[in-house]
Amino acid sequence: MARYAMAIDTKRCVGCADCVVACQTENNVPIGYCRDWIVQDTYGEYPNLSMEIRSERCNHCDDSPCVRCCPTSASHYAEGGIVLVTHDECIGCKACITSCPYDARYVHPEGYIDKCTFCIHRVKEGEDPACVAVCPTHCMIFGDLDDKNSEISKVLRSRKYKTLIPEAGTKPHVFYLL
Amino acid sequence: MKETVITSGRMNPGIDPVLHAWGWEIPIYLFLGGVVAGILFFAGLYYIRGKSEQYKATVKIAPLFVPAMLSIGLLALFLDLTHKLYFWRLYTIIRWESPMSWGAWILMIVFPLSLMWIATFIEDIFPNWDWKFNFVKKTVTWLTGFQKWMAWGLIITSLILGMYTGILLSAFNARPFWNTAILGPLFLVSGLSTGTAFIMLISKSHEEKSKLGQIDLVLIAIEIFLIIHMFMGFLASTEVQIHAAHMFLGGPYTAVFWTFVFTLGLIVPFISEALELKGFKIPVVIPAMLVLIGGLILRFIVVDAGQSSRWLYKFVEQLQ
Ligand code: SF4
Ligand code: SF4
Repeated sequence: MARYAMAIDTKRCVGCADCVVACQTENNVPIGYCRDWIVQDTYGEYPNLSMEIRSERCNHCDDSPCVRCCPTSASHYAEGGIVLVTHDECIGCKACITSCPYDARYVHPEGYIDKCTFCIHRVKEGEDPACVAVCPTHCMIFGDLDDKNSEISKVLRSRKYKTLIPEAGTKPHVFYLL
Repeated sequence: MKETVITSGRMNPGIDPVLHAWGWEIPIYLFLGGVVAGILFFAGLYYIRGKSEQYKATVKIAPLFVPAMLSIGLLALFLDLTHKLYFWRLYTIIRWESPMSWGAWILMIVFPLSLMWIATFIEDIFPNWDWKFNFVKKTVTWLTGFQKWMAWGLIITSLILGMYTGILLSAFNARPFWNTAILGPLFLVSGLSTGTAFIMLISKSHEEKSKLGQIDLVLIAIEIFLIIHMFMGFLASTEVQIHAAHMFLGGPYTAVFWTFVFTLGLIVPFISEALELKGFKIPVVIPAMLVLIGGLILRFIVVDAGQSSRWLYKFVEQLQ
């Protein structure tokens, strides 16, 4: 079994938002919505400023509250631990939206719940997710944590990293390299 | 100093800038669920205690309103769904981990149970009632033999239903204001209290009203205790929960909560029921209506405040 994850290098990301646009195009995200977004944290006081830029999305958590609270099991773990929503099982109760500490989900205009899929359709073909493929600084690495020789496993062995609000207890699988 | 901005401008409808996944439908659903739990609990309890005649409004009359209340509650839940055509999926699977799921199933038990309960008393309440078909009459007569079992069923399922209305929210650790185990008992007690208030409104017996008033007095006292306890718990907890508590202690919900829910919905009915006990004549409709309205506002505020409390992007609160 694979365990897919993403590592994003905050030292390389320049916040160009190409990943956001690539995702919207690849996944036909309705206008006005986004499955990934850029967050910019600025620390310090002028002129001593430092900055951290992150491309954020669903963390495909290992212990996902969104899967747990779904009454119909529309939200589920697909292959490689990717968290997906089966559209025609979803009733749109929005329990999963309120359960996600990252606010990664939204109601698609067609009624079902939508969010990042790690581009599972591309991953199945052996390709990287659209956001990863398009990043001009190559700051994102997508891969299988169960494969000790994968690029992502190696980088997580050699670099410092963090996850977002680990204290929420969801075991996120998007890692930010520091 | 730290400043956070979403530079790509995330503005997902219903999510940004402040989560608004649940509007008026869920509070209405939770409120009616609570009132129904209260009515059915006392109906079962006083039946078992052999007081069906003395407490006629409690045991026989108030339950008559239950199916309508449940229908409105379920309709509200249905209206909240965004993928309505797939509603039936809720009833093709039971997922114990999901309060939304077992809550929906508990309603599917409470609903027919309340109908059967009513059916066995209907000839008692309306002496001219005619079942028209003989087999219906026979079934009802047969059911009447199980009233005691049904009463126990009502007590147990109503307690689960009442707890569920709170647990539905407290199961979400993503929303710090909901994430307290007190919400289950608080909504249960508040539900029992709104249930007694409803029965007090329709009861014609002075004895029954004053007994219910006494029960309500205790329930309100427990509610006040739980609310204070809830805020103490938040304040002694992590940063996000302290923040959540501050929404009510100086923040945007302060005025509406402490005025309408705490003072008018709890303290005033408490005092008026206590005075009644001391022999003062206070029309029962005053405390009863206040309790019902307070309970409704409580649910609106809790559903709304939970969605405003968050872990990430706290800068949003500074914008408000
Ligand atoms: S980030 Fe949110 S939507 Fe994604 S798996 Fe975790 S809890 Fe679920
Ligand atoms: S909105 Fe859909 S995916 Fe989310 S919890 Fe409800 S049924 Fe599951």
